Amino acid sequence: MSRELFKFKGGVHPPEHKAESNTRPIHAAPLPKKLVIPLRQHIGSPAKPMVNVGDRVLKGQMIGAADGYISAAVHASSSGIVSAIGPAVVPHVSGLPDDCITIETDGRDEWIVHAPIDYRAMEPADLRMRLRDMGLAGLGGAVFPSAVKLDPGATHPCPTLILNGGECEPWITCDDVLMRHHADEILEGVAVMRHLLGSTEILVGIEDNKPEAIAAMQAAAQKMDFAIEVVAVPARYPGGGAKQMIQVLTGKEVPSGKLSTDIGIQVFNVGTAHALARAVHHGEPLISRLVTVTGHVLRPQNFEVLIGTPMHTLITLAGDRDGTTGVLMGGPMMGMPMPDLEVPVVKATNCILVKSNDLFPPLPKALPCIRCTRCADACPAELQPQELFRFAKAGDFGRAQEYHLFDCIECGCCSYVCPSHIPLVDFYRYAKSEIWAREKEKRAADLARERHEFRQFRLEREKKEKAEKLAAKAQAKRAELAAAPATAGAPDVDAKKALIAAALARAQAKKAEVAPKNVDHLPPDTQREIEEIEARRAKIRELAHQPLESEEKKP
Amino acid sequence: MPSPFILDRSSVTQVMAWVLAALLPGILVYVWLFGPGILVTLALATVTALAAEAAMLKARGYPAKPFLLDLSAIVTAWLLALSLPSLAPWWLIVTGTLFAIVVAKHLYGGLGQNIFNPAMVGYAVLIVSFPVQMTQWAGPLELTATPLTLAQSASVIFGGDVPKATLDAVTMATPLDALRTGLLQQLTVDEIMTHSIFGHYGGVGFEWLAGAFLLGGLVLWALRIISWQVPLAFLAGVWLAAGFLHFFDAGRFGAPWFHLFAPSVMLGAFFIATDPVSGATTPRGKLIFGFGAGLLTIIIRTWGGYPDGVAFAILLMNLCVPLIDQFTQPRVYGETKKAPPA
Repeated sequence: MSRELFKFKGGVHPPEHKAESNTRPIHAAPLPKKLVIPLRQHIGSPAKPMVNVGDRVLKGQMIGAADGYISAAVHASSSGIVSAIGPAVVPHVSGLPDDCITIETDGRDEWIVHAPIDYRAMEPADLRMRLRDMGLAGLGGAVFPSAVKLDPGATHPCPTLILNGGECEPWITCDDVLMRHHADEILEGVAVMRHLLGSTEILVGIEDNKPEAIAAMQAAAQKMDFAIEVVAVPARYPGGGAKQMIQVLTGKEVPSGKLSTDIGIQVFNVGTAHALARAVHHGEPLISRLVTVTGHVLRPQNFEVLIGTPMHTLITLAGDRDGTTGVLMGGPMMGMPMPDLEVPVVKATNCILVKSNDLFPPLPKALPCIRCTRCADACPAELQPQELFRFAKAGDFGRAQEYHLFDCIECGCCSYVCPSHIPLVDFYRYAKSEIWAREKEKRAADLARERHEFRQFRLEREKKEKAEKLAAKAQAKRAELAAAPATAGAPDVDAKKALIAAALARAQAKKAEVAPKNVDHLPPDTQREIEEIEARRAKIRELAHQPLESEEKKP
Repeated sequence: MPSPFILDRSSVTQVMAWVLAALLPGILVYVWLFGPGILVTLALATVTALAAEAAMLKARGYPAKPFLLDLSAIVTAWLLALSLPSLAPWWLIVTGTLFAIVVAKHLYGGLGQNIFNPAMVGYAVLIVSFPVQMTQWAGPLELTATPLTLAQSASVIFGGDVPKATLDAVTMATPLDALRTGLLQQLTVDEIMTHSIFGHYGGVGFEWLAGAFLLGGLVLWALRIISWQVPLAFLAGVWLAAGFLHFFDAGRFGAPWFHLFAPSVMLGAFFIATDPVSGATTPRGKLIFGFGAGLLTIIIRTWGGYPDGVAFAILLMNLCVPLIDQFTQPRVYGETKKAPPA
């Protein structure tokens, strides 16, 4: 079991704060009166609602269908009546509402008919569609539809399958606890992944600060009928990032702008494998997940939570305390502040972190950058954060891009170590969103130009056609005048029709050529990222245009 | 406020405080071997720097407290004070400090914005403008019959009525000056080295001072307050350049150890060239920056018009930083082919 491990550059080791929540057993959170289920919980197109207000739905019933290849279905997490379909506040940093289906639960928690799937007997493509319809998406945080990741494709065999149990973010323990208590089921999910991907090497990477989880997974791996190597990796943030986990376990780097499958590796979170096992062996769609509720609460712990449960019920359950200063979804390094505690738990909710001034003192005011390059030493993407900051602050986005801005994974290591306390990641998000906005504008301008050119072309053509028509008419007239019999007109009419048909065909061909360039056809993950960030843009733009706080002039 | 929501405990103040702390061994040895005069210089430079900093912050409309507490002005003041002759007149100290803080730091945009190391700008201005006063070094106590007390030193510095004989008895040429003068008199290095000012490696006392700066620098190195590249490359530059010349003509060029153990080299390598603001930022860039500064130090010492070259070497390398940084951008994670940003 001595595998050669590699190191990723940079990284930090903030206080772990895992012990607060990882020792208590998993409790199932009680059924809430109301479930709010967003249609967009994954990367890709939002699900399309399949129910109407007033419908009774059963637990596990699909209420939103996957829309397109990169999408996933959403399901009723319990039985009840659909009370609303429309915008509601969702866990997003912007606080902007998004389409949701609200269910008033009836307390009966009545399941829809469901049965295990005999996955070995199914066509892989059919199985993937089933998994998509069961709402499976990555539970590590990115919520990428699992069915897409389980498609090895013709060009990308995936000899190596990595199960990511890194969980490097401080405070979060849902994967740790899941591995301790459900190691067998996780590996059953891995068996399905292996079946679909045809992987020959299965690695489980777990940070060495989780000895119980490692032991449980190793014991479970012994029982499987294929080889699984459970590897303890050094605990160092962001070691649970997919790229970092790949590098530590295999020594390989994912080329910039490419996917891990391009180098024959696919990575899944342990929670996703568990959800996959529930789906295949029990026929249960993804309607619940483990959520760590920790920080400034009386009893930090992990709950099994139905998707759609309002966050405040969990905080109450864990024992809310005075002096709460805010709530994050996710960890302190990459989590996002919740605008409202009515927001539901979604597939991406791994942790609800309650803040207080003691645990999370307000960040000190920023001083100017002194170019100490501690950020560069800490950057796992091996960037020069101090230069990116300089370019972003100056609005020199072209240079920022040249310095590989888009290789930034926004892990926050640079901000964490900055002795000047500059919110560096914020500047990168701002620069990225500005670049996206500009590209969007450029695309819109290109489209407008194309439309204009097409209009010019159409006007020209219409003019020409009119002239032809007139000529044809005149010719017909002339033919008529030439005292031909009445039947002579018919072929002329046909010629005219043919002319028009040809013109229409031309127009359609032209239109077809233009249509795919529409801005609506951005890759879905890009689209989602754009939307996520645009909400912050105005705020951050202000920040960048102002001097740093401490640079502000005295009143 | 977006993520991350936690910070390491580091701060600019902490960085600067460590730099000041790491200078203390050097200052102690200085007092021990050369008398307490340096304390007067340090105090005067500190007071001047803080006053200039406060005034400039006020003039520029910045809050004074966070920037005075960042200690960067004191670091500049100490580095300049330690570079100046220990019995330099008060107005020289004040002029140099003012120039460093007002012009080199604040007129270039304040903390983090200065292209040149402020202390070295202050030093350069003084050595160009007042070369005579810049030679008023107190000799090592070991070689001094009647060393000055603290009060006497203050009196010298503040232009009090000190008998010229007393002053002449304590000031003497530094080893670098002695070497330079000796070479100009067509003496060989070996002949020059018989002078009582020369010790084991460098000058009597001076070599210990250099050692103390080295010790403080190594502490900063171990704590990763400074990068390892700059000091190492700087010392390597000095050693290789001096060694190369010495190897070919030991009679005309000082030994590499002699050059290394001049206090200005150790101070420059560990405390001045490592100034992050005015130095290179990339790993390779830091090596080039440090090596270039070391090389130029020896070139200026050997062929330049001034006895020491550390200040000018660092300033010249400061000039090259944008170019160095641009052409030494490291490969990033997942980058497949090397394409230096233009």
